[in-house]
Amino acid sequence: MSANTGELSHGGLNASLRLNAHLFDDGVEKIAIRKGFGDGLVLAGEADPRVVVLSADLTESAQAEAFKKKFPDRFVELGVAEQNMAAVASGMAAMGKIPFITSYAMFSPGRNWEQIRTTVCYNDRPVKIAGSHAGVSVGPDGGTHQAIEDIAITRVIPRMTVICPCDAIEARKATLAAASTGTPVYLRLARNATPVITTDDTPFRIGEAQIVWQPSSSASVGVIATGALLHKALIAARALSESGIEVEVMNLATIKPLDEAAIVALAKRTGRIVTVEEHQIAAGMGSAVAECLVTKHPVPMRFIGVRDRFGQSGTPEELIEYYGMGSDSIVAAVHDILEG
Amino acid sequence: MLLSPQQTIALEETANDIRESVIEMLVAAGSGHTAGPLGMADIFTVLYFHTLRFDPGNPAWEDRDRVLLSNGHICPILYAAMAYAGYFPKELLLTLRKFGSPLQGHPHREFLPSLETSSGPLGQGLSQAVGMAIADKMRGKTGDRRIYCLMSDGELEEGETWEAAMLGGKHALNNLAAVIDRNSIQIDGDTEDVMPLEPLADKWRAFNWHVLEIDGHNLEAIAAAFHEAKSIYNKPTMIIAHTIPGKGVVEFERDYEWHGKPPNKEQAAMALAELRALGEKIRERAQS
Repeated sequence: MSANTGELSHGGLNASLRLNAHLFDDGVEKIAIRKGFGDGLVLAGEADPRVVVLSADLTESAQAEAFKKKFPDRFVELGVAEQNMAAVASGMAAMGKIPFITSYAMFSPGRNWEQIRTTVCYNDRPVKIAGSHAGVSVGPDGGTHQAIEDIAITRVIPRMTVICPCDAIEARKATLAAASTGTPVYLRLARNATPVITTDDTPFRIGEAQIVWQPSSSASVGVIATGALLHKALIAARALSESGIEVEVMNLATIKPLDEAAIVALAKRTGRIVTVEEHQIAAGMGSAVAECLVTKHPVPMRFIGVRDRFGQSGTPEELIEYYGMGSDSIVAAVHDILEG
Repeated sequence: MLLSPQQTIALEETANDIRESVIEMLVAAGSGHTAGPLGMADIFTVLYFHTLRFDPGNPAWEDRDRVLLSNGHICPILYAAMAYAGYFPKELLLTLRKFGSPLQGHPHREFLPSLETSSGPLGQGLSQAVGMAIADKMRGKTGDRRIYCLMSDGELEEGETWEAAMLGGKHALNNLAAVIDRNSIQIDGDTEDVMPLEPLADKWRAFNWHVLEIDGHNLEAIAAAFHEAKSIYNKPTMIIAHTIPGKGVVEFERDYEWHGKPPNKEQAAMALAELRALGEKIRERAQS
């Protein structure tokens, strides 16, 4: 099946973003988001000699291996010690480095949250926290390794920027952009290969939301997605469009700072908002959107995410479905909000 | 001898003056910690008036030595030493813990930018010092700026300290010297009752640190320890400084009750009288 690129009778992809024309194909290319981070890390290292990378015994799986090979003198192995890693990075940043700390999201920013709060953010040091294996799509490893609270605990810290890329290409761009912000940044990364949604030509700027799916006429619901679930949201949008319901889909890659203008404009255009994230509903991206809209332009909302539960073993697809985050669940949420 | 008799007595006098300021700050603040700041007055005095390279007129001077106070709760002594060293007017010391003051209850860089770090939550200073020392080793030049980390003994119970200890040993950070304020008290009582730390020197040696044990009130020994640390080429140095909590005010000494409370007005008047009498004696010795 080929991409719907915006015929007048149906909604379609936003042509100006030059998204992957094959993203609806059965054989759509899939790359792990964390892999894009690894590529971006090398690019950031080439662009700026101040970039250094710290690893806590997960160099290959947290995608620091390529950087380590290219810049062995700018790589520090700390062993399994995530709390130390955050504070060491703060000290290195104080001496002019731009440190990326790499681990699984459950351990960084999970285990080392207070070190990140105090030594990085309170101290205003430009440390970049790359949390791989975020979300239930970690799969077989089970609930201990599935970070679904990390957006909540990072966005609540002053000075922190929070980015959750939708695919490997966006992750590469986000990593390169994160290196030059001069602020603490959390990059939320997923483990498994997921569909490539964007292309090298798709623009990316921290803090800018993008409308990736536009209606042919006026849309009655705005769907705001972050991370790899954006693909599920697009599948849902296409299915809805074919059944005569038009929605807009927003890629909210930067959760903090929130693109409030774009979110309010979407709410004004559509009158209803559904948020989609692979994270606890409590205090996640949907909550950030709600905090914005409830004061600036209140509209009915529905939240797709994990409902106050822990993860478990399974395939990524099984778990996304089980926890109600698949495209059918998004379609159902759109129907539900339209029925009021 | 690193210190001439004249230098030693001048440092004694400064340490005593700084202790008086600590008492004045605490009574004005109405809250804060008493024993730790008094116990560390001699070490801070030697650091700021003998060992460190810094320029209070240019706090951002790139080649300055870096001082990290890990146990932020003893910050009255850091603030007092910085004021006496010329970073800011001494009058500011009496704003400790007040709304809008640069002298926050625990050090905060945002309010006092000449601080190298913010601190308070225990066990994090050594990690940052190790990070600074590693970064300097990466510079590719043998910059001679040095990193100093001041720590408490109680905070050694934080696991992160030992993560940092391992990393410091691994990288043979000879540009790093740390000091443990071994006053053997913490909030809940004596350290050896709360959580035994001994054999403490052996622990650090086992983590590949060069370890020195000194009397933390002997100015010559303190200066010598910092000097020796500079000559160690293949290890970071840990100076275990045995101190008397509350040192200088007999009624406060060695009593863990004084760990986390300030003197009231009467207690402060008594403490200041004691310290001023001590100061007179030091000045008499200086003249003789």
